[in-house]
Amino acid sequence: MTATEKAALERIPTFPRGVRLKHDEARQEWVLLAPERLIKCDAIAAAVLALCDGQRSLGEIIETLALHYKADQAVIARDVVALLEGLQEKKMVRM
Amino acid sequence: MTKAAPAPSPNALPIGLLAELTHRCPLACPYCSNPVALEGRSVEMTTADWKRVFTEAAALGILQVHLSGGEPAARRDLVELVKQCADVGLYTNLITSGIGVTEALITALYDAGLDHIQLSIQDSDPASADRIAGYKGAFDKKQDVARWIKAAGFPLTVNAVMHRANIERSAAMVELAVALGASRVEIAHTQYYGWALPNRAALMPSRADTDKAVSEVAALRERYRGEIVIDLVIPDYHATYPKACMGGWAKQFMNVTPSGKVLPCHASETIPGLEFWSVRDHSLSDIWHASPAFNAYRGTDWMKEPCRSCERRDIDFGGCRCQAFALLGDASATDPACHRSPDHAVMASIAEAEASGPIGEYVYRRFPATVI
Repeated sequence: MTATEKAALERIPTFPRGVRLKHDEARQEWVLLAPERLIKCDAIAAAVLALCDGQRSLGEIIETLALHYKADQAVIARDVVALLEGLQEKKMVRM
Repeated sequence: MTKAAPAPSPNALPIGLLAELTHRCPLACPYCSNPVALEGRSVEMTTADWKRVFTEAAALGILQVHLSGGEPAARRDLVELVKQCADVGLYTNLITSGIGVTEALITALYDAGLDHIQLSIQDSDPASADRIAGYKGAFDKKQDVARWIKAAGFPLTVNAVMHRANIERSAAMVELAVALGASRVEIAHTQYYGWALPNRAALMPSRADTDKAVSEVAALRERYRGEIVIDLVIPDYHATYPKACMGGWAKQFMNVTPSGKVLPCHASETIPGLEFWSVRDHSLSDIWHASPAFNAYRGTDWMKEPCRSCERRDIDFGGCRCQAFALLGDASATDPACHRSPDHAVMASIAEAEASGPIGEYVYRRFPATVI
Protein backbone atom coordinates (compact mmCIF):
# COMPACT_ATOMS: atom_id res chain seq x y z
CA MET A 1 0.00 0.00 0.00
CA THR A 2 1.38 3.41 -0.95
CA ALA A 3 1.52 6.28 1.52
CA THR A 4 -1.27 8.04 -0.39
CA GLU A 5 -3.52 4.99 -0.22
CA LYS A 6 -2.80 4.62 3.46
CA ALA A 7 -3.61 8.28 4.11
CA ALA A 8 -6.84 7.87 2.14
CA LEU A 9 -7.92 5.06 4.47
CA GLU A 10 -7.15 7.17 7.53
CA ARG A 11 -9.77 9.76 6.56
CA ILE A 12 -12.66 9.93 9.03
CA PRO A 13 -16.04 10.45 7.33
CA THR A 14 -18.56 12.58 9.23
CA PHE A 15 -21.84 14.29 8.50
CA PRO A 16 -21.59 18.07 8.50
CA ARG A 17 -24.19 20.12 10.36
CA GLY A 18 -27.36 20.04 8.31
CA VAL A 19 -26.97 16.41 7.27
CA ARG A 20 -28.59 13.68 9.32
CA LEU A 21 -29.07 9.94 9.02
CA LYS A 22 -32.52 9.09 10.30
CA HIS A 23 -34.71 6.04 10.56
CA ASP A 24 -38.02 6.89 8.92
CA GLU A 25 -40.53 5.15 11.15
CA ALA A 26 -43.51 5.73 8.86
CA ARG A 27 -41.87 3.95 5.91
CA GLN A 28 -39.49 1.70 7.84
CA GLU A 29 -36.34 2.73 6.02
CA TRP A 30 -33.17 4.77 6.56
CA VAL A 31 -32.93 8.20 4.97
CA LEU A 32 -30.15 10.74 4.71
CA LEU A 33 -31.55 14.24 5.21
CA ALA A 34 -29.72 17.31 3.87
CA PRO A 35 -30.56 20.84 2.69
CA GLU A 36 -33.43 20.38 0.17
CA ARG A 37 -32.32 16.77 -0.30
CA LEU A 38 -33.54 13.42 0.89
CA ILE A 39 -31.78 10.22 -0.04
CA LYS A 40 -33.40 6.87 0.66
CA CYS A 41 -30.74 4.41 1.74
CA ASP A 42 -30.69 0.79 0.61
CA ALA A 43 -29.45 -1.78 3.13
CA ILE A 44 -25.81 -1.42 2.09
CA ALA A 45 -25.79 2.38 2.16
CA ALA A 46 -27.52 2.33 5.55
CA ALA A 47 -24.89 -0.09 6.91
CA VAL A 48 -22.04 2.11 5.68
CA LEU A 49 -23.54 5.40 6.87
CA ALA A 50 -24.40 3.98 10.28
CA LEU A 51 -20.68 3.45 10.82
CA CYS A 52 -19.84 7.07 9.99
CA ASP A 53 -19.81 8.11 13.64
CA GLY A 54 -16.97 10.62 13.52
CA GLN A 55 -14.69 8.10 15.28
CA ARG A 56 -14.08 5.34 12.76
CA SER A 57 -11.71 5.84 9.84
CA LEU A 58 -12.53 4.76 6.31
CA GLY A 59 -10.18 1.77 6.78
CA GLU A 60 -11.93 0.71 9.97
CA ILE A 61 -15.36 1.03 8.35
CA ILE A 62 -14.26 -1.19 5.44
CA GLU A 63 -12.74 -3.73 7.81
CA THR A 64 -15.87 -3.86 9.97
CA LEU A 65 -18.14 -4.38 6.97
CA ALA A 66 -15.88 -7.01 5.36
CA LEU A 67 -15.91 -8.94 8.62
CA HIS A 68 -19.66 -8.60 9.11
CA TYR A 69 -20.62 -9.58 5.55
CA LYS A 70 -17.75 -12.10 5.23
CA ALA A 71 -16.86 -10.37 1.98
CA ASP A 72 -13.70 -9.50 0.10
CA GLN A 73 -12.19 -6.35 1.57
CA ALA A 74 -11.26 -4.95 -1.85
CA VAL A 75 -14.85 -5.25 -3.11
CA ILE A 76 -16.23 -3.62 0.04
CA ALA A 77 -13.62 -0.87 -0.18
CA ARG A 78 -14.63 -0.04 -3.73
CA ASP A 79 -18.33 0.28 -2.80
CA VAL A 80 -17.72 2.25 0.39
CA VAL A 81 -15.34 4.73 -1.23
CA ALA A 82 -17.66 5.25 -4.22
CA LEU A 83 -20.62 5.91 -1.90
CA LEU A 84 -18.81 8.27 0.45
CA GLU A 85 -16.90 10.20 -2.21
CA GLY A 86 -20.17 10.65 -4.13
CA LEU A 87 -21.76 12.09 -1.02
CA GLN A 88 -18.70 14.23 -0.38
CA GLU A 89 -19.13 15.87 -3.77
CA LYS A 90 -22.74 16.65 -2.84
CA LYS A 91 -21.51 18.16 0.45
CA MET A 92 -23.33 15.49 2.42
CA VAL A 93 -20.24 13.85 3.90
CA ARG A 94 -16.99 15.43 5.05
CA MET A 95 -13.73 13.44 5.07
CA MET B 1 -65.89 -18.58 2.18
CA THR B 2 -65.88 -15.00 1.05
CA LYS B 3 -62.70 -13.20 0.55
CA ALA B 4 -62.41 -9.67 1.91
CA ALA B 5 -61.77 -7.06 -0.71
CA PRO B 6 -58.17 -5.87 -0.59
CA ALA B 7 -57.72 -2.64 1.30
CA PRO B 8 -57.40 0.35 -1.03
CA SER B 9 -53.75 1.18 -1.52
CA PRO B 10 -52.87 3.96 0.89
CA ASN B 11 -51.84 7.35 -0.43
CA ALA B 12 -48.14 8.02 -0.52
CA LEU B 13 -47.22 9.83 2.69
CA PRO B 14 -45.94 13.41 2.61
CA ILE B 15 -42.22 14.05 3.11
CA GLY B 16 -42.18 17.84 3.33
CA LEU B 17 -44.20 20.57 4.98
CA LEU B 18 -43.94 24.26 4.21
CA ALA B 19 -44.95 26.18 7.32
CA GLU B 20 -45.84 29.76 6.46
CA LEU B 21 -45.51 30.96 10.04
CA THR B 22 -46.57 34.49 9.13
CA HIS B 23 -47.17 36.57 6.05
CA ARG B 24 -45.61 39.60 7.74
CA CYS B 25 -42.31 40.62 6.13
CA PRO B 26 -40.20 43.78 6.08
CA LEU B 27 -39.40 43.23 2.41
CA ALA B 28 -41.76 43.88 -0.47
CA CYS B 29 -40.35 41.72 -3.31
CA PRO B 30 -42.61 41.92 -6.36
CA TYR B 31 -42.29 38.15 -7.02
CA CYS B 32 -43.28 37.04 -3.51
CA SER B 33 -44.85 33.58 -3.56
CA ASN B 34 -47.37 34.52 -0.86
CA PRO B 35 -50.94 34.98 -2.04
CA VAL B 36 -51.98 38.46 -3.08
CA ALA B 37 -54.61 38.27 -0.28
CA LEU B 38 -52.16 38.13 2.64
CA GLU B 39 -53.24 36.80 6.02
CA GLY B 40 -52.80 39.39 8.78
CA ARG B 41 -51.35 38.97 12.24
CA SER B 42 -54.77 38.77 13.90
CA VAL B 43 -55.58 35.43 12.21
CA GLU B 44 -52.17 33.79 12.82
CA MET B 45 -52.05 30.54 14.77
CA THR B 46 -50.68 30.47 18.29
CA THR B 47 -47.47 28.81 19.40
CA ALA B 48 -49.45 25.87 20.78
CA ASP B 49 -51.29 25.43 17.46
CA TRP B 50 -48.03 25.25 15.50
CA LYS B 51 -46.44 22.87 17.99
CA ARG B 52 -49.37 20.51 17.57
CA VAL B 53 -49.05 20.77 13.77
CA PHE B 54 -45.37 19.78 13.96
CA THR B 55 -46.07 16.86 16.28
CA GLU B 56 -48.77 15.59 13.93
CA ALA B 57 -46.50 16.16 10.93
CA ALA B 58 -43.77 13.92 12.33
CA ALA B 59 -46.32 11.21 13.15
CA LEU B 60 -47.75 11.41 9.62
CA GLY B 61 -44.35 10.69 8.04
CA ILE B 62 -43.13 14.18 7.23
CA LEU B 63 -39.34 14.35 7.42
CA GLN B 64 -38.47 17.93 6.54
CA VAL B 65 -40.13 21.16 7.63
CA HIS B 66 -39.48 24.44 5.86
CA LEU B 67 -40.08 27.33 8.24
CA SER B 68 -41.03 30.17 6.01
CA GLY B 69 -43.23 33.24 5.78
CA GLY B 70 -43.36 36.11 5.09
CA GLU B 71 -40.37 36.52 7.32
CA PRO B 72 -40.40 33.73 9.93
CA ALA B 73 -38.21 35.80 12.28
CA ALA B 74 -41.20 38.12 12.67
CA ARG B 75 -42.60 35.39 14.95
CA ARG B 76 -41.30 35.89 18.49
CA ASP B 77 -41.74 32.14 19.15
CA LEU B 78 -39.45 31.01 16.31
CA VAL B 79 -36.85 29.40 18.60
CA GLU B 80 -39.54 27.55 20.54
CA LEU B 81 -41.07 26.26 17.31
CA VAL B 82 -37.67 25.06 16.03
CA LYS B 83 -37.09 23.27 19.31
CA GLN B 84 -40.44 21.52 19.01
CA CYS B 85 -39.55 20.33 15.50
CA ALA B 86 -36.19 19.04 16.72
CA ASP B 87 -37.84 17.31 19.69
CA VAL B 88 -40.17 15.34 17.40
CA GLY B 89 -37.33 14.48 15.00
CA LEU B 90 -38.12 16.78 12.09
CA TYR B 91 -35.36 18.17 9.89
CA THR B 92 -35.73 21.96 9.93
CA ASN B 93 -34.92 24.45 7.21
CA LEU B 94 -35.33 28.17 7.91
CA ILE B 95 -36.19 30.25 4.84
CA THR B 96 -35.40 33.84 5.74
CA SER B 97 -34.84 37.29 4.27
CA GLY B 98 -32.40 37.95 7.10
CA ILE B 99 -34.15 41.21 7.94
CA GLY B 100 -34.96 41.35 11.64
CA VAL B 101 -32.53 38.49 12.32
CA THR B 102 -29.90 39.13 15.01
CA GLU B 103 -26.69 37.28 15.79
CA ALA B 104 -28.23 36.22 19.11
CA LEU B 105 -31.22 34.72 17.30
CA ILE B 106 -28.91 32.71 15.01
CA THR B 107 -27.09 31.30 18.05
CA ALA B 108 -30.37 30.46 19.79
CA LEU B 109 -31.65 28.70 16.66
CA TYR B 110 -28.45 26.67 16.48
CA ASP B 111 -28.83 25.60 20.09
CA ALA B 112 -32.50 24.75 19.50
CA GLY B 113 -31.44 22.28 16.79
CA LEU B 114 -32.13 24.09 13.52
CA ASP B 115 -30.50 22.13 10.66
CA HIS B 116 -30.11 24.56 7.77
CA ILE B 117 -30.70 28.18 6.76
CA GLN B 118 -31.69 29.51 3.36
CA LEU B 119 -31.06 33.23 2.95
CA SER B 120 -32.59 35.22 0.10
CA ILE B 121 -30.46 37.74 -1.76
CA GLN B 122 -32.18 39.91 -4.35
CA ASP B 123 -29.18 40.84 -6.51
CA SER B 124 -25.37 40.97 -6.45
CA ASP B 125 -25.60 44.71 -7.10
CA PRO B 126 -26.48 46.40 -3.77
CA ALA B 127 -28.56 49.30 -5.14
CA SER B 128 -30.54 47.01 -7.42
CA ALA B 129 -31.02 44.48 -4.60
CA ASP B 130 -32.52 47.15 -2.34
CA ARG B 131 -34.78 48.42 -5.09
CA ILE B 132 -36.10 44.91 -5.81
CA ALA B 133 -36.69 44.26 -2.11
CA GLY B 134 -38.29 47.66 -1.61
CA TYR B 135 -36.07 48.09 1.46
CA LYS B 136 -33.06 50.36 1.80
CA GLY B 137 -30.04 48.67 3.36
CA ALA B 138 -31.35 45.13 2.83
CA PHE B 139 -28.29 44.01 0.85
CA ASP B 140 -25.77 45.15 3.47
CA LYS B 141 -27.79 43.64 6.31
CA LYS B 142 -27.88 40.27 4.52
CA GLN B 143 -24.07 40.21 4.22
CA ASP B 144 -23.89 40.44 8.03
CA VAL B 145 -26.53 37.75 8.48
CA ALA B 146 -24.68 35.41 6.10
CA ARG B 147 -21.51 35.85 8.18
CA TRP B 148 -23.38 35.10 11.42
CA ILE B 149 -24.95 32.00 9.89
CA LYS B 150 -21.54 30.67 8.85
CA ALA B 151 -19.87 31.68 12.13
CA ALA B 152 -22.51 29.75 14.08
CA GLY B 153 -21.69 26.63 12.07
CA PHE B 154 -24.81 26.33 9.93
CA PRO B 155 -24.80 25.19 6.32
CA LEU B 156 -25.96 28.16 4.22
CA THR B 157 -28.02 28.17 1.06
CA VAL B 158 -28.30 31.43 -0.86
CA ASN B 159 -31.55 31.77 -2.76
CA ALA B 160 -31.67 34.20 -5.67
CA VAL B 161 -34.80 34.78 -7.70
CA MET B 162 -33.88 35.80 -11.23
CA HIS B 163 -35.88 38.17 -13.43
CA ARG B 164 -35.45 41.04 -15.81
CA ALA B 165 -33.70 43.39 -13.39
CA ASN B 166 -30.96 40.95 -12.31
CA ILE B 167 -30.79 38.13 -14.87
CA GLU B 168 -27.59 39.46 -16.43
CA ARG B 169 -25.93 38.92 -13.03
CA SER B 170 -26.90 35.24 -12.62
CA ALA B 171 -23.25 34.16 -12.68
CA ALA B 172 -22.34 36.98 -10.28
CA MET B 173 -25.00 35.66 -7.86
CA VAL B 174 -23.28 32.28 -7.85
CA GLU B 175 -19.93 33.99 -7.22
CA LEU B 176 -21.45 36.00 -4.37
CA ALA B 177 -22.83 32.81 -2.80
CA VAL B 178 -19.36 31.22 -3.02
CA ALA B 179 -17.79 34.32 -1.44
CA LEU B 180 -20.32 34.16 1.42
CA GLY B 181 -19.34 30.55 2.12
CA ALA B 182 -22.65 29.03 1.00
CA SER B 183 -22.62 25.28 0.42
CA ARG B 184 -25.61 25.55 -1.87
CA VAL B 185 -27.12 28.22 -4.11
CA GLU B 186 -30.53 28.25 -5.74
CA ILE B 187 -30.74 30.19 -8.96
CA ALA B 188 -34.50 30.33 -9.22
CA HIS B 189 -35.97 31.80 -12.36
CA THR B 190 -39.18 33.56 -11.36
CA GLN B 191 -42.25 31.36 -11.20
CA TYR B 192 -45.33 33.37 -12.02
CA TYR B 193 -47.62 32.81 -9.05
CA GLY B 194 -48.64 34.99 -6.11
CA TRP B 195 -47.35 38.52 -6.53
CA ALA B 196 -45.22 37.57 -9.53
CA LEU B 197 -48.28 37.08 -11.73
CA PRO B 198 -49.53 40.71 -11.57
CA ASN B 199 -45.86 41.79 -11.90
CA ARG B 200 -45.10 39.45 -14.78
CA ALA B 201 -44.52 42.14 -17.40
CA ALA B 202 -42.02 43.92 -15.13
CA LEU B 203 -40.21 40.66 -14.33
CA MET B 204 -40.15 38.72 -17.60
CA PRO B 205 -36.66 38.52 -19.11
CA SER B 206 -35.99 38.05 -22.81
CA ARG B 207 -35.40 34.62 -24.24
CA ALA B 208 -31.82 35.57 -25.15
CA ASP B 209 -31.00 36.78 -21.63
CA THR B 210 -32.62 33.68 -20.13
CA ASP B 211 -30.65 31.28 -22.32
CA LYS B 212 -27.41 33.13 -21.58
CA ALA B 213 -28.06 33.03 -17.82
CA VAL B 214 -28.85 29.31 -17.89
CA SER B 215 -25.68 28.44 -19.81
CA GLU B 216 -23.44 30.65 -17.66
CA VAL B 217 -24.73 29.02 -14.50
CA ALA B 218 -24.32 25.55 -16.03
CA ALA B 219 -20.65 26.35 -16.73
CA LEU B 220 -20.15 27.46 -13.11
CA ARG B 221 -21.65 24.18 -11.93
CA GLU B 222 -18.71 22.39 -13.55
CA ARG B 223 -16.18 24.89 -12.24
CA TYR B 224 -17.40 24.70 -8.64
CA ARG B 225 -18.14 20.97 -8.52
CA GLY B 226 -17.56 19.74 -4.97
CA GLU B 227 -17.36 23.30 -3.63
CA ILE B 228 -20.93 24.53 -3.93
CA VAL B 229 -24.12 22.78 -5.02
CA ILE B 230 -25.89 24.84 -7.68
CA ASP B 231 -29.62 24.17 -8.06
CA LEU B 232 -31.55 25.73 -10.91
CA VAL B 233 -35.29 26.41 -10.92
CA ILE B 234 -36.04 26.44 -14.63
CA PRO B 235 -37.70 29.35 -16.42
CA ASP B 236 -40.83 27.49 -17.44
CA TYR B 237 -42.18 30.03 -19.94
CA HIS B 238 -39.35 28.81 -22.17
CA ALA B 239 -39.54 25.12 -21.26
CA THR B 240 -40.24 22.08 -23.41
CA TYR B 241 -41.59 19.88 -20.63
CA PRO B 242 -43.40 21.18 -17.56
CA LYS B 243 -41.91 20.99 -14.09
CA ALA B 244 -43.10 18.10 -11.90
CA CYS B 245 -44.87 20.65 -9.75
CA MET B 246 -44.68 19.77 -6.02
CA GLY B 247 -43.47 16.31 -7.10
CA GLY B 248 -47.12 15.65 -7.96
CA TRP B 249 -50.24 17.13 -6.37
CA ALA B 250 -50.79 15.76 -2.85
CA LYS B 251 -47.97 13.27 -3.37
CA GLN B 252 -45.08 14.66 -1.30
CA PHE B 253 -45.83 18.09 0.16
CA MET B 254 -48.25 20.10 2.17
CA ASN B 255 -48.37 23.79 2.96
CA VAL B 256 -49.83 25.32 6.11
CA THR B 257 -50.78 29.00 5.98
CA PRO B 258 -50.39 31.40 8.93
CA SER B 259 -54.06 30.91 9.84
CA GLY B 260 -53.85 27.10 9.63
CA LYS B 261 -55.33 26.37 6.21
CA VAL B 262 -53.65 23.36 4.61
CA LEU B 263 -52.91 23.58 0.91
CA PRO B 264 -51.42 21.10 -1.59
CA CYS B 265 -49.13 23.95 -2.69
CA HIS B 266 -48.69 27.58 -1.74
CA ALA B 267 -50.48 28.84 -4.86
CA SER B 268 -53.43 26.45 -4.84
CA GLU B 269 -55.88 29.00 -3.41
CA THR B 270 -55.85 30.65 -6.83
CA ILE B 271 -57.84 27.71 -8.21
CA PRO B 272 -61.53 28.45 -7.65
CA GLY B 273 -63.84 25.89 -6.11
CA LEU B 274 -61.28 23.93 -4.08
CA GLU B 275 -62.26 23.18 -0.49
CA PHE B 276 -59.32 23.54 1.91
CA TRP B 277 -59.45 22.21 5.45
CA SER B 278 -57.81 23.84 8.45
CA VAL B 279 -55.69 22.32 11.20
CA ARG B 280 -58.02 24.14 13.58
CA ASP B 281 -60.79 21.67 12.61
CA HIS B 282 -59.01 18.53 11.39
CA SER B 283 -55.89 16.51 12.05
CA LEU B 284 -53.08 16.83 9.52
CA SER B 285 -53.53 13.15 8.66
CA ASP B 286 -57.25 13.59 7.89
CA ILE B 287 -56.46 16.61 5.75
CA TRP B 288 -53.78 14.71 3.80
CA HIS B 289 -55.95 11.69 3.12
CA ALA B 290 -59.48 13.07 2.95
CA SER B 291 -59.67 16.82 2.32
CA PRO B 292 -61.32 17.68 -1.02
CA ALA B 293 -58.48 19.98 -2.14
CA PHE B 294 -55.86 17.25 -1.72
CA ASN B 295 -57.95 14.68 -3.53
CA ALA B 296 -58.93 17.02 -6.40
CA TYR B 297 -55.81 16.37 -8.51
CA ARG B 298 -54.19 13.46 -6.68
CA GLY B 299 -52.95 10.66 -8.92
CA THR B 300 -53.76 10.61 -12.64
CA ASP B 301 -57.54 9.98 -12.85
CA TRP B 302 -58.34 13.69 -13.25
CA MET B 303 -56.16 14.01 -16.34
CA LYS B 304 -57.42 14.81 -19.81
CA GLU B 305 -55.57 14.29 -23.06
CA PRO B 306 -52.76 14.73 -23.94
CA CYS B 307 -51.70 13.93 -20.34
CA ARG B 308 -53.96 10.90 -19.82
CA SER B 309 -52.19 8.68 -22.33
CA CYS B 310 -48.77 10.34 -22.07
CA GLU B 311 -45.82 8.18 -21.09
CA ARG B 312 -44.51 11.08 -18.98
CA ARG B 313 -47.65 11.41 -16.86
CA ASP B 314 -45.93 9.81 -13.85
CA ILE B 315 -42.78 11.88 -14.43
CA ASP B 316 -44.18 15.42 -14.48
CA PHE B 317 -47.80 14.79 -13.43
CA GLY B 318 -49.17 17.13 -16.08
CA GLY B 319 -47.11 20.02 -14.70
CA CYS B 320 -48.71 22.71 -12.58
CA ARG B 321 -52.46 22.96 -11.95
CA CYS B 322 -52.26 26.60 -10.86
CA GLN B 323 -50.44 27.57 -14.05
CA ALA B 324 -52.97 25.71 -16.21
CA PHE B 325 -55.72 27.67 -14.48
CA ALA B 326 -53.92 31.02 -14.55
CA LEU B 327 -53.15 30.85 -18.27
CA LEU B 328 -55.97 28.72 -19.67
CA GLY B 329 -58.77 29.05 -17.12
CA ASP B 330 -58.85 25.25 -16.68
CA ALA B 331 -56.97 23.70 -13.76
CA SER B 332 -57.26 20.19 -15.22
CA ALA B 333 -55.70 21.11 -18.57
CA THR B 334 -52.15 20.17 -19.45
CA ASP B 335 -49.74 22.81 -18.14
CA PRO B 336 -49.07 24.95 -21.23
CA ALA B 337 -45.36 24.79 -20.36
CA CYS B 338 -45.50 21.34 -22.00
CA HIS B 339 -44.79 21.31 -25.72
CA ARG B 340 -47.54 18.72 -26.10
CA SER B 341 -50.17 21.14 -24.78
CA PRO B 342 -52.34 22.50 -27.61
CA ASP B 343 -51.87 25.88 -25.91
CA HIS B 344 -48.09 25.70 -25.58
CA ALA B 345 -47.56 28.66 -27.91
CA VAL B 346 -49.37 30.93 -25.45
CA MET B 347 -46.40 30.90 -23.04
CA ALA B 348 -43.77 31.90 -25.55
CA SER B 349 -46.02 34.63 -26.94
CA ILE B 350 -46.71 36.06 -23.45
CA ALA B 351 -42.99 35.93 -22.63
CA GLU B 352 -41.99 37.58 -25.88
CA ALA B 353 -44.61 40.33 -25.71
CA GLU B 354 -43.90 41.18 -22.06
CA ALA B 355 -40.12 41.00 -22.28
CA SER B 356 -40.08 43.44 -25.20
CA GLY B 357 -42.38 45.97 -23.52
CA PRO B 358 -41.29 48.67 -21.09
CA ILE B 359 -40.18 47.36 -17.68
CA GLY B 360 -42.68 49.54 -15.81
CA GLU B 361 -43.20 49.89 -12.07
CA TYR B 362 -43.43 47.02 -9.60
CA VAL B 363 -46.56 46.33 -7.61
CA TYR B 364 -44.69 45.81 -4.35
CA ARG B 365 -45.92 43.09 -2.04
CA ARG B 366 -47.57 44.84 0.91
CA PHE B 367 -50.54 44.46 3.17
CA PRO B 368 -53.44 46.75 2.42
CA ALA B 369 -53.62 49.50 5.04
CA THR B 370 -56.65 47.88 6.67
CA VAL B 371 -54.96 44.53 7.50
CA ILE B 372 -52.76 43.88 10.58
